[in-house]
Amino acid sequence: MRIGLVLALSALVGLALGAAVLRIAGAPPPVDLPAAVGDALVRSGVDNPVTAVLLNFRAYDTLLEVAVLVIAGVAALSPERATPLAAPALRSANILLHALVAWFVPLMLVLAAYLVWAGGHRPGGAFQAGAVLAAAGVLMRLAGVPLHVLGNDLRFRAGLVLGLATLLLVALLGASSGGGFLAYPPALAGTLILVVEVLLALSIALVLLVLFVSAPPSDGDAASTGDEGV
Amino acid sequence: MSTSIIYALGGAALCGIGLAGFALLRHLLRRLMAFNVIGSGVFLLLVGLAQTRGVADPVPQALVLTGIVVALAATALAVVLMRRWYRLTGATELEERREPPC
Repeated sequence: MRIGLVLALSALVGLALGAAVLRIAGAPPPVDLPAAVGDALVRSGVDNPVTAVLLNFRAYDTLLEVAVLVIAGVAALSPERATPLAAPALRSANILLHALVAWFVPLMLVLAAYLVWAGGHRPGGAFQAGAVLAAAGVLMRLAGVPLHVLGNDLRFRAGLVLGLATLLLVALLGASSGGGFLAYPPALAGTLILVVEVLLALSIALVLLVLFVSAPPSDGDAASTGDEGV
Repeated sequence: MSTSIIYALGGAALCGIGLAGFALLRHLLRRLMAFNVIGSGVFLLLVGLAQTRGVADPVPQALVLTGIVVALAATALAVVLMRRWYRLTGATELEERREPPC
């Protein structure tokens, strides 16, 4: 009875959304956003419209989203100290995984560096590079490669907020020089965006990695293996 | 009628499916997955709808790009909290208020 009602309501919501999609797709657009972005692109300091929107035209959005990421990382760190990274229980004895890590991690580092650099003129950028870096970290963690940088110390915490802090600093510098909050000086825009992107990629990778690391398998007791009670 | 409208309609369908799952399932992990299905539906809807005029619109693409990373981080945080909850209480569901018999 209740299940039927929920299913009917959900189907209704899906159909209403579909009808809205068809309606919106049929109507003429009130503003031509792609053209507006295209016109302003020369002043943005980069050639890729998505990067220009992310870090210039709507940098305020990005600033807040990076703040959300940092808060999630801090929240994951706070409830409990994670299991030490060198814990033997977390290592995989799989030879294939170890061989793969030796091949993949250098490749992933190069790929992440390329993605940050490519963000200026083609698809790529800080978020993609951060995700690749974090995946490399997860792979290393699974293989039991010691990650000393992830110790719970000051350097690691500084790395966690590095991207957000740099973006805020650039924003405040722009404001104090009379340009407005998050308005880059046009001559420096390209350089500033590249610096911000590199540091953002690093911070995003650390946040994602710490979220993975802080869900540790716990020490042996039956209530914490997590596989009963489906 | 272009192909990208199919993506937008698929997104709308995913929203409905995820909503049903979120309302019906009790296990926390399944609820989280259902919530992510809704999220993917919204992303698909945004990007698909913005491409119906043939030109890719960079504004929704940038929004969805950051949205994906934020959704990933939020999902990971939810898993961290769930493991903590399971460790403290041994339960895989939240306590529900009993409905009065009618």
